[in-house]
Amino acid sequence: MKRFTWFNATALTLGFAFLYVPMIILIVYSFNSSKLVTVWAGFSTRWYGELLQNEEFLDAAWVTLKVAVMSSTIATVLGTMAALVLVRAGRFAGRTLFSGMIYAPLVMPEVITGLSLLLLFIGIGLERGVLTIVLAHTTFSMCYVSVVVSSRLVTFDRSLEEAALDLGCSPFEAFRLVTLPIIAPAVISGWLLAFTLSLDDLVIASFTTGPSATTLPIKIFSAVRLGVSPEINALSTLMIAVVTVGVIIASLVTKQAAIRQARDERMAERPA
Amino acid sequence: MAQTVFAPWNDPDEKPLIQFRGVTKRFGDFTAIDNLTQDIYAREFFALLGPSGCGKTTMMRMLAGFERPTEGQILIAGQDMSRVPPNKRAVNMMFQSYALFPHLSVWDNIAFGLKREGRDKDKIAARVEEMLRLTRLSKFAKRKPHQISGGQRQRVALARSLAKAPKLLLLDEPLGALDKKLRQDTQFELMDIQEKTGTTFVIVTHDQEEAMTVASRVAVMDEGQIIQVATPDQIYEAPNSVYVADFIGDVNIITGRAAPQGDKVAIRFAEGQPEIIGTTTKTFEPGQEIHFAIRPEKVAIDTEEPEDTPNKLRGKVLDIAYLGNISTYHVELPTGLIVKAQTANTRRISRRQITWEDTVWISWTDTAGVLLDR
Amino acid sequence: MRRAFLIAVPYLWLVALFLIPFVIVFKISLSDVALARPPYMPQLDLSAGWDGVKSFFAELDFENFAFLTTDDLYWKAYLSSLRIALISTALTLLVGYPIAYAMARAAPEWRPTLLMLVILPFWTSFLIRVYAWMGILSNEGLLNQFLLWLGAIDTPLTILNTNTAVYIGVVYTYLPFMILPIYSALERMDDSLLEAAEDLGCSRLSAFWLVTVPLSKNGIIAGCFLVFIPVIGEFVIPSLLGGSGTLMIGKVLWEEFFSNRDWPVASAVAIILLLILIIPIILFQRNEQKQREAEG
Repeated sequence: MKRFTWFNATALTLGFAFLYVPMIILIVYSFNSSKLVTVWAGFSTRWYGELLQNEEFLDAAWVTLKVAVMSSTIATVLGTMAALVLVRAGRFAGRTLFSGMIYAPLVMPEVITGLSLLLLFIGIGLERGVLTIVLAHTTFSMCYVSVVVSSRLVTFDRSLEEAALDLGCSPFEAFRLVTLPIIAPAVISGWLLAFTLSLDDLVIASFTTGPSATTLPIKIFSAVRLGVSPEINALSTLMIAVVTVGVIIASLVTKQAAIRQARDERMAERPA
Repeated sequence: MAQTVFAPWNDPDEKPLIQFRGVTKRFGDFTAIDNLTQDIYAREFFALLGPSGCGKTTMMRMLAGFERPTEGQILIAGQDMSRVPPNKRAVNMMFQSYALFPHLSVWDNIAFGLKREGRDKDKIAARVEEMLRLTRLSKFAKRKPHQISGGQRQRVALARSLAKAPKLLLLDEPLGALDKKLRQDTQFELMDIQEKTGTTFVIVTHDQEEAMTVASRVAVMDEGQIIQVATPDQIYEAPNSVYVADFIGDVNIITGRAAPQGDKVAIRFAEGQPEIIGTTTKTFEPGQEIHFAIRPEKVAIDTEEPEDTPNKLRGKVLDIAYLGNISTYHVELPTGLIVKAQTANTRRISRRQITWEDTVWISWTDTAGVLLDR
Repeated sequence: MRRAFLIAVPYLWLVALFLIPFVIVFKISLSDVALARPPYMPQLDLSAGWDGVKSFFAELDFENFAFLTTDDLYWKAYLSSLRIALISTALTLLVGYPIAYAMARAAPEWRPTLLMLVILPFWTSFLIRVYAWMGILSNEGLLNQFLLWLGAIDTPLTILNTNTAVYIGVVYTYLPFMILPIYSALERMDDSLLEAAEDLGCSRLSAFWLVTVPLSKNGIIAGCFLVFIPVIGEFVIPSLLGGSGTLMIGKVLWEEFFSNRDWPVASAVAIILLLILIIPIILFQRNEQKQREAEG
C-alpha cells in the first residue's frame, strides 16, 4: 500500500514546477517581439530569423557538432575498451593507477582538467583548435562511457561468450558476434552521454581551444555575460527542443522494444 | 486428571476476543471481503486458509489496522476498532517478508516496539533477553538481519512481534519463505510458543498442511467469504462442501443423483455401475444432484472381489504413484472415471501383487465418504 | 598479446592526456611567472644535458603556495567556495528529498515518467539552464515583476549577482543529482517496513524518522557528495549569477589564468583545490563501497 497523500502531490507539483517553469519562460520569451527581454510585446519569430542569419552562431554550432561527434565516437571505443579492461582483464601491473585514472576525471573540477590539458598542449607545441578540443573531450567522456559500459558488463553472463568460443568463434569474433550486440544498449547510452557532455561543455573547451575554433557554449557564454538577449533565448529554445525530441524518441524506442519483447514472450509461451 | 478440551467456541458463556460483524471491504469495484461475520476467542490459534486473492490477507490487515472495513464493524475485546490506528492497537503482526529493519541489529529490532512505549531501559533489556531466549537467538543479538539465515530471521520477526506481549498476534504466511524441513520444525515451535505465551494467534496461510498442523480452528475462505470454520479434523473428515473437501488434502469426488433410502442415501452416478451407498444426517430430495467425497486412504484396493461391503467397483490400474510410505493407485472405472486409492506400504515392494493394467476391485464402507449438496 | 593491446590503448591515452598534464600542472605550480612565452620559468633545457636538468629542479620552489597563504583573496575564496557548496548542498537536499520521496510513493506506472522528467533537464545544456535564471532574477526580471504585481514588495529585490542567485542556480542545476540516489534508495525500500514500524507503535512521523530516513541514508550521502564535490570547483554559476562579491575558487582560477596570465599561481590554486577535494572524494568512495558490500 503506497500512501499518496496531499503532501506528495504538493511536493511533486512544486518540484516539477521549479524544474520546468524557468525553461518554459525562456521558451515563451524567445517568441517575444521586443528587444527588451523582460517586457512582453507580442508574438514574433523575429529572433529565430536573426539567429539563422548570424553566421558566427552557425559556425560555432557546426564546430560544436563536429567536435561532439568525433569525441563521443572515439570516447565510446576507448571507454568500451577501458570497461573491458576494468571488468575482464584481471590483475596487471598498474591496475590501481588505471582505475584511478578512469574515476578521477569524473570528480575532477572542469577548471583543473581544462587547465592541465592546456598546459600540456602548449608544452608539446600542439596548435589549439578543433583537434585539441576533441582530444580533451574524448579524455573525460571516455571515463563516463567506461563507467556506463562496465556496469553492464558486470552483469553479463560470460557463459554466452564461452558458448561462442565452444562453437568455433575466435575470441574477437565472440566479442563482435555475442558480447557487443548484448552490451550494445549500454554502449549506445555511453555514446549519447559522451555526445551530450561534449555539446554542453564550456570550461574545458574554453581552455583548450584556440582562435580558430569557437564552440557554441563559448559563444553563448560570451554573449550572456553581457546580459539576457532574445537571440540567445531563441537559440536555447532550439537546443531544448532538439534534446526533448531526442529523449522522447529514445524513450519511445526503448518502450516499444520492451513491449515487443513482452509480446514475443507471450507468443512463445502459447502452445503452437 | 482429565484434561478439558480447548473449545471456547462451544461455550455459550465465553466472550469472543475478536468479532467481525457484517464486515465488507471493497477496493474500487473489487470486493475483497463480502459481509463477513466471525468470532475468534482468546488463546485460539486461528488459521485463515485459502487461495491467493480469497481475502484472507485483507482480513488480517483489517485486524492490524492497515485497512478499514467499508461496511460493518470489527471489535477487539468488545471495543470497536475502526478509528484506532495501527500504532494504538494491542495487536502485533509478523509480516510475510518479516519486514526486519535492515539498519538495526537483531537486538534493536526486537527492542523497537518496546522503546516506542517509553519503558525504562532495564525493563526493555530484560524483555529483549527474554524474547531472545524464547526464540533461541541469544547468540545473534548483535548481528544485522542480512547476517543471519532465513530461519533465524523468521524467529527474529516472531520475537519482535511478541515482545510487546500483544493480546493478538497476526502471522502473515509466517513460514512461506522457509524450506519444507525447516517449516515443519518451525510449525511445532510456533505452537509451543503460542502455548507458552498464551497469546491469541491468527495465521494466514495458503498451505493446508500448515493450517491443519498448527491451528485450533481453520477457516477455509473463498472469494471474500468463509466457507467453513471448524477444527482441523472436522474440516478433513466432515467438509461442508466440495470446495473445502477439494482444498484440503486429496479427495475423490463422484457426482450423481440422490436416492434416499431410510437413513442412507444411494447415489446413481453412471449407467451400468452399481449405486454408491453413503450415510448422512442431511436430507436429500430424490433426484437431487449430490456429490460423494471420499479420501483415497479410505478406498481399499484388492485383486479379488471383496465380500460384505456395501460399495465395490471394478476397474483397471492406470497408474501407480509410489511415495515411499504409501502408494496411490489410479483406478479407471469402465465409465472412464478415475478413482484414487491409497494403501500404506507395510510390506517390501516385491511382495505387493498389484501392477499396471491389472483389473482390481475398489471398495469402501457406507460411512467412509461424505455426501455434499454443493 | 590481444590483452596487452586492449590494456595499452586506453592506458596510454589516459597517461598522456590525464596523468602527464597533471604532472605538468604540478611542475608549473612550482615555477615562477615570467614575461615570456610560455609565461613561466624555468624551462627544462635538455640541450644543456644533466646540468640543465639539475638547474631546472634547483629553481623549483613552493613560492606560489606561500603566496597563496599571504594573499587573503585565495584562502577567502577557498573558504567561501566551501561555504557556498555546503549551504547549497543543504538547500538541494531540502528541496530534493520531498520530491524523491513523493516519486518513490507515486503509483508504479507513473514512476518511469517522473524519472524521465527529472533526468530530462540533465540532458539539456547546463549553460542554458543557468542562463534561464538570469532573466527571472534580474531587477526588472519576471520574479520581481511578479512580486511587485502581488504587492509583496514595493521596490525590486536585488537577487541577480548575489550569493542567493548562486544558491538558486546550484539547487536548480544539481537537483537531479540529489533526487536520483535518494529516489533509488527510497524506491527499493519495502513498504512493509513502515507498516511494521506502525504496528510496533510508531506514529507516521516517527516511522519516517526511525525507518525511512535511516534507510535512505546512503542515498542522502551519495546525493550530497554528488552536489558538494562539483560545486566547490563550479565556474559557470558564480560567473553568470554571482556578483563581484561572490568568491569561488573556480572563478578565481579562471581569472588568474585568463586575465592575469599568472600560470604558476593558477596551477598552485588548482593543486590546493584538488587537495581540498580529496577528502570528500574519499569519503564518497567509502560510502559507495559500503553500499555495494551491504547489497552484495
